[in-house]
Amino acid sequence: MPAKPTKLTQLAKLCVFSNVDMRSSNRKALFGLTLFLILFPLVAMNVSAIGHYVDIMIFVGIYCLINMGLSLLMGYAGQISLGHAAFFGLGAYTSGILCTKFSMSPWLAMIAGVGLTALVAYIVGVPSLKLKGHYLAMATLGFGVIVQIFFNEEVSLTGGPSGFSDIPGLSILGFSLDNDLSYYVLVWSLVLLTLIFSLNIIHSRIGRALRSLHDSQVAADAMGVETSRYKVMIFVLSAVYASIAGSLYTHYVGFLSPSSFDLFLSIKLVMMVVVGGMHNIWGALLGTWLLTFLGNEWLHVFHGFDILVYGAILLAVVMFLPDGLVHLVPRMSRVWKRG
Amino acid sequence: MTKITLTGQLVQYLFTGVTVGSIYAMVAVGFNIIYNVTDIINFAQGEFVMLGGLIMVFFTVTAKLPLPLAFVLTIAAVTGVGALMERFTIHPLKNASVLTMIIVTIAVSILFKGIAMFIWGKDPYIFPPFSGSKPLFIYGAAIQTQTLWVLFMTAVMVVLMTIFFKKTRYGKAMLACADNPEAARLVGIKVNTMVLISFALSAAIGAVAGAVMTPISLMEYDRGALLALKGFGAAVLGGLGSFYGAVVAGVLLGIIESMCAGLVSSGYKDAVALILLLLVLYVRPSGLFGNVEASKIKEF
Amino acid sequence: MHSESSPVFLQVENLRKSFGGVRALSGLSFKVPAGIIKAIIGPNGAGKTTLFNVITGIFPPNGGAIALNGKSIEGRKAREIARLGVSRTFQNVEVFGRMTVLENVMVGRHIQSRAGIISTGLRLLGMRREERQIRESAMHHLAFVGLENRTTELAANLPLGEQKLLEVARALATDPKILLLDEPAGGLNTRETEGLAVLIHRILEQGITVVLVEHDMNLVMDISDEIMVMNFGEKIAEGKPKQIKNDPLVIEAYLGEEVDYSDL
Repeated sequence: MPAKPTKLTQLAKLCVFSNVDMRSSNRKALFGLTLFLILFPLVAMNVSAIGHYVDIMIFVGIYCLINMGLSLLMGYAGQISLGHAAFFGLGAYTSGILCTKFSMSPWLAMIAGVGLTALVAYIVGVPSLKLKGHYLAMATLGFGVIVQIFFNEEVSLTGGPSGFSDIPGLSILGFSLDNDLSYYVLVWSLVLLTLIFSLNIIHSRIGRALRSLHDSQVAADAMGVETSRYKVMIFVLSAVYASIAGSLYTHYVGFLSPSSFDLFLSIKLVMMVVVGGMHNIWGALLGTWLLTFLGNEWLHVFHGFDILVYGAILLAVVMFLPDGLVHLVPRMSRVWKRG
Repeated sequence: MTKITLTGQLVQYLFTGVTVGSIYAMVAVGFNIIYNVTDIINFAQGEFVMLGGLIMVFFTVTAKLPLPLAFVLTIAAVTGVGALMERFTIHPLKNASVLTMIIVTIAVSILFKGIAMFIWGKDPYIFPPFSGSKPLFIYGAAIQTQTLWVLFMTAVMVVLMTIFFKKTRYGKAMLACADNPEAARLVGIKVNTMVLISFALSAAIGAVAGAVMTPISLMEYDRGALLALKGFGAAVLGGLGSFYGAVVAGVLLGIIESMCAGLVSSGYKDAVALILLLLVLYVRPSGLFGNVEASKIKEF
Repeated sequence: MHSESSPVFLQVENLRKSFGGVRALSGLSFKVPAGIIKAIIGPNGAGKTTLFNVITGIFPPNGGAIALNGKSIEGRKAREIARLGVSRTFQNVEVFGRMTVLENVMVGRHIQSRAGIISTGLRLLGMRREERQIRESAMHHLAFVGLENRTTELAANLPLGEQKLLEVARALATDPKILLLDEPAGGLNTRETEGLAVLIHRILEQGITVVLVEHDMNLVMDISDEIMVMNFGEKIAEGKPKQIKNDPLVIEAYLGEEVDYSDL
C-alpha cells in the first residue's frame, strides 16, 4: 500500500478512535469498515458494470442510519417498532417542505426535521412504550399508517399522492454535493459518526441499563434503572436517526411521495435488522447492506415476486438463524484461519 | 333521478358502516380465536381475508364454477392455508419469544402477499354479487343486496361460533386451553391440535369475510394489512379475547368510520379506526367489555 | 468504607396485600432497628417473598405503612425505593444473564452515576471519568464477595452459588443502607452457606442493615440478631433466636415441615 494512505489512515484512527470505546473488536471492525468504504468507490467507479453500485451504497448508508437506531431499540432495549418509516418520512417531508416552500437552508431544515420528529416520537413513545410485545407492535404499526395517510391527505402541504419535486440538493461551505461520490462521502461520514455515537452509548451505563431491562426488568427496576425513561429515550433517539436519514434521502432524490414511506418500508427496515442480527449493531449494518443490494440489484431476476422472496428470507432467518446472519461471521473467520 | 335526502344519506352511511364493520368483526373474531388459545396475535389474519376474496374470484370467474361450490372450495382452500401456516411456522417455534412470533407472523403475511402478487398481480379483482346487482331501496338509500349477504354471513358466523364453543367437544376444549393450558393438557386435551384448529378456524372465517366483501369493494393483493389493523382495533376495542365484544366493537368501528367518511372527510377514514386503536391501547387496553385484571397488555 | 450515616430503621405497620381473593399479607407490623441482622422465617406460602416485593415496590400494598428512617415508602415505585437506599436479591436468581459478571455489578452502580445521553454518545471527559469510577467500584464489590476472577464470564453461565454472590455484589454496588436477601442460601451446599454467613457479617460491618428471608434454620440461628416468624400473612412470633427456638406457636407452625433443630 502506498505511503500516503497509511499516514492518512493512522491520522484518521487517532482523530476518530480516541473517542471510541477501546474494545479492540469494535476498533478493528470500524477500521475494516472505513477501509472498505474508502476502497469501494475506487473499485466501483472504475468497473463500468458496477458503476451504479455507488448510488446503491448511498441508499444503503441512508437505511443504515435508520437501522442503527432500530437496532438500539430492538436489539438492546428489547422493544419493537413497525412504524419507523413514519419518522423517516417526517424528516424527509420537513426538509422538503421547508426548503421548497420556505426557502430555508437545507441544514437548518434538517435540524427542524429532527426537532419535529423527536417531539412526535416523544408524544407517541411515552404511552406506546408502556405496552408490551404485540400491542407495542400494533401501536407503532397504526402510528406509521396514520402518518402515511397524513402525507397523502394534506395535499396543500405535501402535494398528496403525487408528491412534490424540485427539492434542492445539499452543499457544504459553497461546495455543492451534486454527484454520487460527494454524496456518498457525506452519507457514510454521517453513518460512521453515528455508529461511533451508538457504540459509545452501548458501552456505557445507558447501554447497560437498556440491556439489563431487556434481560430482567424486575431486577433492573430494583437496581433503580428508570426503565420507562430509557425506553422512551432510545425510541426518540432512533426516530432522530431516521429523521436525519429522511433529510439526506430528500436532498439526494429530489422528489417525495407518500408511497415511499409505507408500511412495507417499515417492515423491510425491521427485516434488515433481524436478518443481519438484532442484538448486534454490526448486524444491522450487514442486514441493511445485504437486503438493499438484494432489492435494488440482485432481485431484478425475481421481478414480480420480490415480495415473496423477502417474506421467504425473513421467515427462513427467523426460524433457523434467529440471531441473524452476523453470527455466521466469527464462525467463518475461525474456519478461514484454521484452513 | 331520485333526490338523496339527509335521512337517505344517513341510512346509506349506516348500512355501509354496518357492512364494513361486519368484516372488521369477522377479522376481530379470527384474531380472538387464535389469541385465546395461543396468546399470539396473528399478523397474517388480513391475508386470510385477501386470499378468500382472490381465490373466490378464481373459482367463480376463471374456473366458472357455480357460486355455492366456489364458496365452499374457497373456504376449504384458505382453511388449508391456515393449517399449513400453523404446522410449518407456528408449531415448530413453540417456545419462541414474543418478538420472534411477531416477526414470524409478519413474515408469513409478507409471504402470502408475495404469492398473491405473483399469481394475481397488483390489479384489483371482482366477481359478481351473490344475488344480482339491483339495489334495494330502504328509507331512501340504495342498498346493494350483497350488503345483506355480508350481514347474513356475519350472523351465521356468530351463531355457528356460539354453538361451536358452547356445545361441541372441540369448542369447549379450546376454551379450556385459553383458560389454563397446563390443566387442559392434564385432562388429556391435545393443546397442539387445538392450536391447529384455531388457525384453521380463523382462516375459514377470514375466507368467508373475503368472499363476501369482494363483490362490493373488490380485492387486491395488499389489502390484508389495513384489514388486519382495523380488525385488531376492533378486537382490542371489544376486549381482546371477548367474542361478543369483537362483534359489537367491529360493527361500532365500521359505523364510526363510515359516518366520519361521509360527514367529515373521506380521505382520513382509514385513520379513524387506527386512531381509535391507539386510544384504546393507551387509555383502556381492556377494551369496552374486557376484564381489567385479565388484560396482560400493559406492564406494571 | 461506609461513611457515618444516621441510623436507618425500617418500620412496617399493618401491612396488607391481596392478590384477587387471596390475602398474602394480613395486617403485618414489625420494626428493623439499624445495624442488625433480622431474619424472617415461616413455612412456604407464609407471605415472606410478597413482603419483600411490597417493601421494595414491585407491588403496591392494599393498606398499611412502610417507613424507612421515618420516610414513608409504601406504594412508591421500585426504582424510587432503590434510590432511597433499599437494595435486594431475589429468590429466583435474577441476574442479567446475557451480560458479563462485571457488567451486572456495573448496573448496580447505575443510581450512583449520572452521565446523560449526549455526554455518553460523545464520550466526553466527565463521562469517561465516571465510567472508570463505575468500573473500579464494581471490581471492588466483586472482590468483596470473592468473584474478582470471574469478571468476563456471562452471568448465565455461572453456577448457582456464584450467581447468588453476583446478586449480592450487584445489590451492594447501589450503596444501600438496608439490604434485603431473599433466600440467599437456597440451593447452596454447606461450605457455600458458611461462606455466606461470613459474608453477611462483613456486610453488617459496613454499616448496612440486613434483612433476610431464609429456610435454612442453621444459618438463621447462627447469624441473626432478631427473628420474625410469619404464617398465613401474619406475624406469629418475634424476638431473639433463643426465644423463637422455644416458642410453641413457632414449633406448631412448622409441624409437617422438614425442619431439623437437632444441631442447634
